[in-house]
Amino acid sequence: MKIIDRKILSEAGGVKLTQLEILSPDIAREAKPGQFVVVMAVPQGERIPLTVAARDEVKGVITIIFQEVGLTTKLLGKLNKGDSFYALVGPLGHPTEIKNFGSAILVGGGVGIAEIYPVARAFKEAGNHVAVILGARAKESLILESELKAVSSEFYVTTDDGSYGRKGFTTDVMVELLKKEKYDLVYAVGPIPMMQKVAVIAKDFGVKAIVSLNALMVDATGMCGCCRVTVAGQTKFSCVDGPEFRADLVDWEELIKRSRIYESQEKHICKLPVILKPRNAAEESV
Amino acid sequence: MQKEPVRVKEVEAVKRAANFEEVILGYSEEEALKEAARCLQCPNPTCIQGCPVGIDIKKFIYQITQKDYSGAYFTIREKNNFPSLCGRVCPAEFQCQKACVLTKKGSKFASPEAINIHFLERFAGDYGMKNCGYQPSAISRQLKDKKVAVVGSGPAGLSCAGELARQGIKVVVFEGLHKTGGVLRYGIPPFRLPRETLDFEIDYLKNLGVEIITNSIVGRLKTVDGLFKEGYAAVFLGLGAGTPSFLGIPGENLCNIYSANEFLTRINLMSAYKFPEFHTPVNLGKHIVVIGGGNTAMDAARCALRLQKMNNIPLDTSIVYRRGEVEMPARRLEIEHAKEEGIKFKFLVKPEEFTGDENGFVKKLRSLQCELGAVDASGRRKPMSIAGSDFEMECDLAIIAIGLKANEILTKVTPSLKTDKYGDIIVDKETMATSMSGVFAGGDIVGGEGTIIEAMGMGKIAAKSIIEYLSV
Repeated sequence: MKIIDRKILSEAGGVKLTQLEILSPDIAREAKPGQFVVVMAVPQGERIPLTVAARDEVKGVITIIFQEVGLTTKLLGKLNKGDSFYALVGPLGHPTEIKNFGSAILVGGGVGIAEIYPVARAFKEAGNHVAVILGARAKESLILESELKAVSSEFYVTTDDGSYGRKGFTTDVMVELLKKEKYDLVYAVGPIPMMQKVAVIAKDFGVKAIVSLNALMVDATGMCGCCRVTVAGQTKFSCVDGPEFRADLVDWEELIKRSRIYESQEKHICKLPVILKPRNAAEESV
Repeated sequence: MQKEPVRVKEVEAVKRAANFEEVILGYSEEEALKEAARCLQCPNPTCIQGCPVGIDIKKFIYQITQKDYSGAYFTIREKNNFPSLCGRVCPAEFQCQKACVLTKKGSKFASPEAINIHFLERFAGDYGMKNCGYQPSAISRQLKDKKVAVVGSGPAGLSCAGELARQGIKVVVFEGLHKTGGVLRYGIPPFRLPRETLDFEIDYLKNLGVEIITNSIVGRLKTVDGLFKEGYAAVFLGLGAGTPSFLGIPGENLCNIYSANEFLTRINLMSAYKFPEFHTPVNLGKHIVVIGGGNTAMDAARCALRLQKMNNIPLDTSIVYRRGEVEMPARRLEIEHAKEEGIKFKFLVKPEEFTGDENGFVKKLRSLQCELGAVDASGRRKPMSIAGSDFEMECDLAIIAIGLKANEILTKVTPSLKTDKYGDIIVDKETMATSMSGVFAGGDIVGGEGTIIEAMGMGKIAAKSIIEYLSV
């Protein structure tokens, strides 16, 4: 659970994206693309899910990338090289189905780019033609550009402000690609509105689209049902039934509402000064 | 001689509902002596048969009358590794106290005249916790090089681990959560089981040599086959019944509708009642409705009521149950405590639909009235809804406490482990052996939702079988 490297990937526009490399040989050995871990920064902290962006089985290291949005991610951002998490558990969720689908479009928005990276890599290795479309607010907030470029057959970047790549949305490029060529699969991770749009477009073009949902979770092992989401009219638990689902079957309106259950508490706790010092896990008895 | 049962002291309802501190204060020495003196010391004690782990109840009560409290403590420990814990959470009115000869024949629960075995056990347990220290294990030379893996640190796993450790077997317990205890920690609120008591009981096992590894999900991080490859000679699966059931009615995924597991986990495991000092939030409600009639429903309702009180919200927490009070599976004591604290009970009510506001938060619950029909497969009278009896209740927070199903994380990746149609692991009830050689299971994963002491009983049987298996 020890952090062996820490990198700030972007701080553009006050949005901080941090990458941590964590020593965890067991998880590094077992984690597959699409799976996530649950972390607690401190003993009094929340349990939050984060996708395993990369792993190095030889070094026994996993990489997580997160955006500082709430108290927990702020606390994680305060951890330094040499610090340990209070808790780290995984790998959780179903792995992504990896095979040769033919050609696939991978859409990553914001911090979601970190989540499509392991999938893009695995798809490429499985012999797919991989078109990657990345979306960021601005040039400075774009992450993992060279890494994803290296594992893609086609590569596109869009920015909201036009400071890099194309001005506009990832979905604009997606429409153009689908108009030109036939693709067999779309895989998308990003903000809910982006994934919702991907779902609509893919359906219009008759392409299967998979999204990885970032629902609120507590235990993340199927015990609580906090992460429940309606898929094809049935209640599913994102943690054990997902986190990936067919995009066209997700009840997006419900997901948006459920993602806001604790908005007021989150605002309240974020106003409080972050003074908690991360403790070493060894100091706390289990 | 004392004729009347000695009533145990409790914190007044008004005071206790404002915090999460322990409700029952337990017997003083004087009270324990008085109550123990009521025991008839039957030549053929029936109470012992009523105990799922077979504690020599007659003997420990006698030892209390002789002021040999330490003796009483170790008499309990011979059969049960968790005296203070069981003296708090056992449904004694369905078990030993119901089997006591002082209980009236044919009574559904223990009669009030029955000996308060439960509180005497707690008295001896708490005495031991303060004064007796740890008893060293008997080391079996034959088995001391064997290593056993226990999956899950709930009541079944801990009980199995304790029994094995007492034989000098090296036990490693794998727990998926960041803290030990399973349902004892995430399910049972601190006002029923103080965390110091739970920690003491678990530390006792650690002192017997049990190693517990948290944050470790077998089924994801390791496999059962992998455990054997790592050198474990046998495996015990105490996985629990981890998946909450929902009603399957419209509107159930509206915001502020919790499973009891989620609500209790936020409060008990994550300490959400101390938000923002602890960072996990839980929402508050003005009109809270808990659906279900078991101990979990009582726990959830009592937690919810405490949150209202602590936040100066006028108390309005109701338990809605589709059968009547007698049919409720909850401990009588919990029902009584819930009533005293101000929880409203609505019997013979079947929820039909939740409706919410434009932001997706629940606002109302529509239900039907029921009447009781013929006795069903569960041995209780079946609730039948009355057409046209619809009525609405205000409900801005709902907790669904209608039961649990098996968690399939491990079983799904272990195809050689046979499960039934509910996803529960199939075992030989005599030995707790599964379809896989060297793999045993117990607790809620082998048969739905039992009590803590039943799970412990199964853990014990499994430990005995494991010892036999290792001795061959």
